[in-house]
Amino acid sequence: MQTELPHTGHPLADSVARFVWLLPALPLLGFALNGILALRAAATPGPADPTAASHDAHAHVAHPSGDGHGHDDAAGHHVARHPSASLVSLIGPGVLALTFGLAVAILFAMRDLGDAMHAPYVQTLFAWMPTGSLSVDVAFQLDQLSMVMVLIISGVGFLIHLFSVGYMQDDPGYPRYFAYLNLFVFFMLLLVLGASYPLMFVGWEGVGLCSYLLIGFWFSEKANADAGKKAFIVNRIGDFGFLVAMFLMFANLATLSFDGVGTAALELPMGGTLATAICLFLFLGAVGKSAQIPLYVWLPDAMAGPTPVSALIHAATMVTAGVYLVARSATLFSMAPVAQLTVAVIGALTAVLAATIGLKQWDIKKVLAYSTVSQLGYMFVGVGVGAYTAGVFHLMTHAFFKALLFLGSGSVIYAMHQAYHATHNHEDAQDMRNMGGLRRHMPVTFGLMWIATLAIAGIPPFAGFFSKDEILSSVFARTHGSTLADASWLGIPGSAVLYGVYALGLAAALMTAIYMTRMMLYTFHGPNRTGELERGHLKEAPWIMTGPLVVLGLLSLVGGWFNLPAITGGALGPDEALHHWLEPVVGASTAIVTNGEAAHLSHGTELALIGAAVLIAAAGIAIAVFRLKPADLKPAKDAPAEQGLEKTLLNKWYVDEAYDKAVVRPTLGISRIVLWKGVDTGLIDGLFVNGTGLLMRAFGWLGSQLQSGRVGTYAWALLLGAIAVLSAFSFR
Amino acid sequence: MLAESLALSALLFTIGVVGVLTRRNAIIIFMCVELMLNAVNLSFVALSRLYGATGQVFVIFVMTVAAAEAAVGLAIIIAIFRHRRSVNLEDINLLKG
Repeated sequence: MQTELPHTGHPLADSVARFVWLLPALPLLGFALNGILALRAAATPGPADPTAASHDAHAHVAHPSGDGHGHDDAAGHHVARHPSASLVSLIGPGVLALTFGLAVAILFAMRDLGDAMHAPYVQTLFAWMPTGSLSVDVAFQLDQLSMVMVLIISGVGFLIHLFSVGYMQDDPGYPRYFAYLNLFVFFMLLLVLGASYPLMFVGWEGVGLCSYLLIGFWFSEKANADAGKKAFIVNRIGDFGFLVAMFLMFANLATLSFDGVGTAALELPMGGTLATAICLFLFLGAVGKSAQIPLYVWLPDAMAGPTPVSALIHAATMVTAGVYLVARSATLFSMAPVAQLTVAVIGALTAVLAATIGLKQWDIKKVLAYSTVSQLGYMFVGVGVGAYTAGVFHLMTHAFFKALLFLGSGSVIYAMHQAYHATHNHEDAQDMRNMGGLRRHMPVTFGLMWIATLAIAGIPPFAGFFSKDEILSSVFARTHGSTLADASWLGIPGSAVLYGVYALGLAAALMTAIYMTRMMLYTFHGPNRTGELERGHLKEAPWIMTGPLVVLGLLSLVGGWFNLPAITGGALGPDEALHHWLEPVVGASTAIVTNGEAAHLSHGTELALIGAAVLIAAAGIAIAVFRLKPADLKPAKDAPAEQGLEKTLLNKWYVDEAYDKAVVRPTLGISRIVLWKGVDTGLIDGLFVNGTGLLMRAFGWLGSQLQSGRVGTYAWALLLGAIAVLSAFSFR
Repeated sequence: MLAESLALSALLFTIGVVGVLTRRNAIIIFMCVELMLNAVNLSFVALSRLYGATGQVFVIFVMTVAAAEAAVGLAIIIAIFRHRRSVNLEDINLLKG
């Protein structure tokens, strides 16, 4: 196939990079094979899929009746492994390993090129939509930004696939699970490798589909199916924005490829209406996919899916697609300071709001879900202020430590579930009030989770510290001498807005440190609250699950070295490596924002900012350690109800309830009364369908009156008709 | 000669038309239809002097069809008569809408 590809003349065209089409093709192949195995398994008798007899669903407090305990009978035997399980275990992670290997090979090819790699390598496979003035190709764009994303997706994705082999081993839907997971990776790679907005949109919708399928993986529980539906519907609102942005680009810029839009954007007037409108609509798409205010409500519900899915899709990769979209459209955003400020403000508000909710959640996965929303807000602050490198850097480090946190929580839930399963107890295996003291039972998970916690809290030298600090210092640097500071946002001067964003960022950092430490204290420290009988069954997860955790722990530890701040002066290693790497892609856009000046602060200011960030993170941990008393906590079934602000936070500021009252119910009401009863039943059924029938019957009755049945009448009509025709011919 | 033939043809045709329109007896109407057919046959034959033998060929066709039509038409009239004891078209309006 590669011999048919057009030679682009790019220096990469002769290297291993010409196999770039294999990157998405490999997971697609995995999907096809696993899908066939899943369908074949469905046709043969055996353990039935769908199932509710699975770790998360089994543990959920919403259904304590224990329905679906198909294998929980008196004999206590376990469900047999799926017949094709070993083949699936080979294919699922295997294709990801190949993809990651190829990605690394391409990375080295790009590194060898050095400065010659200044333009993206675009591989056109075939013309997709050749229509008039617009022609969209199926083409893959390989540049430094998409390479970073491909490495994160395939690398972290491979580790999560491995973890899943252990986590999902007893699930009757095992092949179906890996089919969906492979399909997700395919669409995600399509999203980041597509060379145009429409192709990116295909991946964008595809990952949305896979997210829906995997959130509702245990769809026999209605709550899970509803969560999937909610994610899908909320995302449609964002996709509307993405589509409108594409229409605007097509109508005004007459191109949809990244390359073309990037060139055309530079011709637009600075801060013009068109650039602002396109950016705001694109950002609406990003808000939906990346769970920002006001469309963040689907992400916490998405935790209904299996925990590795939460790690891969709802923490490390898919939800960061919005950040990637903004970074990919860097040129456009740099021409629209008002849109950029909007991105930064929404990001900062989301970071704080989600962090407040995370403070009081009891479900371990809900804490991590709100933490993800909060950290995504941080990334948007970064890309919003034109610090695209900082945003992508945080995306990367977040993928490491948040995947680790989710997989670690998965390992905890697995152990809790096994323990409750052994004693036929139906308590909630995800409620932190039922945990406590797990450090004695799961030392590996415990240590690695602390690494991730310190990383997300922003303690040096862990990965999160560097990326968070870079975002915050970029915000601070933009308050003077940038296009953002000179712009005005809703009448407020840009620099004042940026100071506000900075303050919100610090507040979010403080709360992040508090709620993460709280989660660690309640889960791993203090006395154990699982139950006397269950305690003996708590044990560390098998190596196939802890192995990926160790790798992610290592990455959370050293991830910051990918982009050390310039202030280190190369003492610890090459500084600003990621910054230099991404320079050809986003450097020019950042330069527009900073008016062409170097973005660096003075050393004194930068040290002060770093000091403030570290102090705040340490203060957050200290507050949690001194204020919270894990020893006083009671198991979920004995716990007193929360009061006041605690109750409000536990109930997520009642945002879901408010949306229900303000949006969902009115929509349903209007749908029922106006659209269904009025338009559908009244107008369409009544007037159009039955009305057409009535009209035709009336004409038919009129026509039937002509049929007298008398031959004489017909003969006269025949004669008159003949005369009329003849005279028409004669007198023409 | 031609003019006279065509005039006779027109006269016969008119008699046929008037008969069909004014009479009520199915047999007579049937005979009037035959008259119209033969009026046309006459003009075919007359015009074939000008335009060649095609007209005469057509006459053969018309006569064949007329014979077939007579067989079918008379059979229908006899069937109607057996049912209704009448061949008056005033009495027959089964196809009224």
